[in-house]
Amino acid sequence: MKRYALRVVSLAAALGLWQALTSLDIDLWLRFSQFPTVTDVARTFAARVSGPDYWTDLTDSLTRILTGFLLAAVLGVATGVLVARSRLAEDLLGPVLEVIRPIPAIALVPVAILLFPSNEQGIVFITCTAAFFPVLVSTRHAVRALTPVWEEAVRTMGGGRWRILGSVVLPGALPGVFGGLSVGIGVSWICVISAEMISGQYGVGYRTWQDYTVVDYPGVFVGMVTIGVLGWLTSTAVELLGRRLTRWLPRSAYVPGARPPRPDRSVTPAAAAPAPTNGTGTGTGTGTGVTRSEEARDEHLV
Amino acid sequence: MSTSSETVPNTSSDTAPSRSTDTGRSTSSGAAAPTTPVRGTRLTLTGASLGRPGAPALDKVDLDVAPGEILTVVGPSGCGKSTLLRTLAGLLAPLAGEIAQDGQPLTGPSADRALVFQEDALLPWRALRANVELPLAIRGVPRARRREQAQAWLERVGLGSQARQLPHRVSGGQRQRVQLARALAGRPRAVLMDEPFGALDAQTRAGMQDLLVEVLQGTGATVVFVTHDVDEALFLGDRVALLGAGGLVAVRDIPRPRDRGAHDDPARVALRRDVLTSLGT
Repeated sequence: MKRYALRVVSLAAALGLWQALTSLDIDLWLRFSQFPTVTDVARTFAARVSGPDYWTDLTDSLTRILTGFLLAAVLGVATGVLVARSRLAEDLLGPVLEVIRPIPAIALVPVAILLFPSNEQGIVFITCTAAFFPVLVSTRHAVRALTPVWEEAVRTMGGGRWRILGSVVLPGALPGVFGGLSVGIGVSWICVISAEMISGQYGVGYRTWQDYTVVDYPGVFVGMVTIGVLGWLTSTAVELLGRRLTRWLPRSAYVPGARPPRPDRSVTPAAAAPAPTNGTGTGTGTGTGVTRSEEARDEHLV
Repeated sequence: MSTSSETVPNTSSDTAPSRSTDTGRSTSSGAAAPTTPVRGTRLTLTGASLGRPGAPALDKVDLDVAPGEILTVVGPSGCGKSTLLRTLAGLLAPLAGEIAQDGQPLTGPSADRALVFQEDALLPWRALRANVELPLAIRGVPRARRREQAQAWLERVGLGSQARQLPHRVSGGQRQRVQLARALAGRPRAVLMDEPFGALDAQTRAGMQDLLVEVLQGTGATVVFVTHDVDEALFLGDRVALLGAGGLVAVRDIPRPRDRGAHDDPARVALRRDVLTSLGT
């Protein structure tokens, strides 16, 4: 409860600061006088939401990102498992993948234009490529890090290749795979928006760029807020699905995180106490977030 | 090759499960157990050299494990006990010589020969019962029967009420009991155990030994049990094999096996002294 309140406060504070800086036309090296205020943006937002284009843009972008991301998830997991489990696949696919991987997906726009008959497919292709590599890399690592005893146990029960894949490799690699999916969905948003800005028709990215070209700054901010909220929703969905599917993990970090508030709760009457309680509360909350994002950073580096 | 060796247990087990589940239903609790005699296998090593390529651990091993016997294997750590077991399981190919099961060369792992590991070999994402169901699923037992049999085995090792727990929620000793249930649920004709109680405290370990003896009764399975604990080896085994640096040192018969009262039997005491001296040198 307290943690939710704190999160709302954090968002409200950010909005408040924005409103204050822009409505007071602060110009201290950073120039906020040209900046639309929160109320401007909100007014435009309300107008857009009641119009038809906003929802078309939204569904277009969502369709593109979901198609690309799901394709990337399937292909990334399949290729990752293949490369990790088969030396032949590693030798055949490894070099090609390693050469393509450093190329930013958005730099593939010319390739997409040459390859695909329509822009739509090109955008999905770019989104898919963007998410593919984080998923591939984390799947490969996760499969290689599996405890060998699990596989040996299944083999001595008479389990064959497919049984090992279904009963050991895929479930065992799942925590790592979801690390890659979390990174992948984030990268997908970056690329779908950029691709729409460059070559799209409809879509949140396209609309945002259009607004910019006609100097409709509140409109640009509506686009940015929309992207932010959608990105947050989709990555939360991936995160929740991941947690649900890997509930079997012994969450050692989670348990001590849940405990500290209990002794503190008895002290809550003291006015000073709630603050540190919340402090530790959010601390542990971001603690798991930190490991996630560390993972994410690692994947970016690789 | 594997097909011919697998047909035997399969035909016997096709009739077996129905009988076992019937007893499981009629006599409600722990006493009920899927015990149907499965003929144990004979495992033979002839002039076998074992280990990883380039690093042989055991050389020129000649060993014959009789059907249905419990052979314990002792030796100093690093002498190749696990290598021997993994080779018998079919996870490692011999570097030289021959390994045979009932006279036929052994080519790879098979449900015939279950392996019980020292560490946690349970799949952590499967509940205890789902872990025990796994070998049954691999053998193609229908879901409902699989569930009943797994539950019966869990009850047999005293964990019937924790069937839905995840492995990391129960103690190390309980996990090893589940591993035992999982190994036996597949009705193997040989059970290969790699220091299964090595990580347990002394009291739990004695209880596990008694449980093992009780659970093995009636299965007729051949057992090869690796341990570094001489007393455990002498209690459980019909025979004890001593491994030394680079090879098999001796195989000795054990007087009065699986008899808790036999620890001060003069013959047992003498054998114990012999084993300890041979390990010491």
